[in-house]
Amino acid sequence: MLAERVTQLNAAYARAIDDDRLEQWPEFFTDPCLYKITSADNYRRGLEAGLVYADTRGMLQDRVAALREANIYERQVYRHLVGLPAISADADGAVRAETPFLVVRVMRDGTMDLFATGRYVDTMVDEGGALRFRERLVVCDSSRVDTLLAIPL
Amino acid sequence: MSGALPQGACDSHCHVFGPAARFPYAEPRSYTPDDAPLEAYLGDEVLGRVRRVLRRPLRVMGRFVQALPNNWKLYVENVKDTYHASLLHAFFGTFRITRLTQGGGVLVSPDGGHHASTTIARADDARSTAYRDQGIRSEKEQYRLADPSLLDAVDEFGDGIQLQILTVFPGFVLQQISNCLAVRQVLPKGPSAMELHWTYLGFADDTDEMRRRRLKQSNLVGPAGYVSMEDGCVGGFVQRGVAAAGEALSVVNMGGEGAESQETRATEASVRGFWKAYRRYMGQ
Repeated sequence: MLAERVTQLNAAYARAIDDDRLEQWPEFFTDPCLYKITSADNYRRGLEAGLVYADTRGMLQDRVAALREANIYERQVYRHLVGLPAISADADGAVRAETPFLVVRVMRDGTMDLFATGRYVDTMVDEGGALRFRERLVVCDSSRVDTLLAIPL
Repeated sequence: MSGALPQGACDSHCHVFGPAARFPYAEPRSYTPDDAPLEAYLGDEVLGRVRRVLRRPLRVMGRFVQALPNNWKLYVENVKDTYHASLLHAFFGTFRITRLTQGGGVLVSPDGGHHASTTIARADDARSTAYRDQGIRSEKEQYRLADPSLLDAVDEFGDGIQLQILTVFPGFVLQQISNCLAVRQVLPKGPSAMELHWTYLGFADDTDEMRRRRLKQSNLVGPAGYVSMEDGCVGGFVQRGVAAAGEALSVVNMGGEGAESQETRATEASVRGFWKAYRRYMGQ
């Protein structure tokens, strides 16, 4: 049952991004929260900076607004493939999970690249019947990003 | 060094030696170089600008690599160009992190190879409408942040300089954007590819509040930075553009032909300085 809920959350999250419904993306998080994109190397060494670092839902909304209104970059879309979560429930009622992912980036001219692989290291809580991310650490296997990372992972 | 370099390539490695009095050489030895300390290479002015930022023991906060689809010199030109930042990057213009109507200037080393540009906030710029009046894209009137904590900067060096971008020839960048400190190293990967190695920095004695401030402000830079992501793609645009015009040339003499330090950033003095140094090192 819990595994089913986590899987559904991951599926809805990936679809929101891949279908370009980014305005819904912050709603997958609690407020405050922690969303961070980092590398396995930084994660292992305990280095806390992220490529993206947001600790409120407002900061997530600002990311989306910047992509829509402010930033200049080539049009692109993602296709997320999200694996099966390894789940452990905590005493405090929070759910912890680690889930592998793979993201293909498709540019406007049709170029497809394997853009990122890694794992989501998540802490989720139930808010009024909805499971939300209190913390989502996107731990990329590689430290190298091709050109730029605009759309969230 | 052994082995032949590929045609058209040049060996660009360099050595820092000594001072021998402080770092004595082993006995016996076959070779004793003259002292060639880093301080002499940087020169007093640039050294002062380095020490302005790197003044206390540092703490590495993270490392990332950004692969860019362009020749390394296009990126160096981008960093050296003191003019584009507040015109291209909406975050700089809108939130007045750096604008050409603010104070500051550009320092160029005597040989042209190194530079430091600075922005100093000016009280009379806070309500300046110059960007808006001229329709410059980087000022977006209706654009606001839902969580402005990203812009919560403090004058930690006590000199009012809210932005300093410093380069050391050929491919070293030291960045201070508000409280976001980083080193960027330019690593050529062939004629049309390079890597930018980012090291995000704080100080070992940072308070929790300052640490969090730096983590938030790091959203401005790096491969996903509100500012730096744009620098990640413009080099590729230029690389693709010039590929179709290999023999064509055009020259813009913005700010003249010299490469001297200036009290304005509306100049290409530091870009020209880079090319003067590059040509000299390449024997052209």
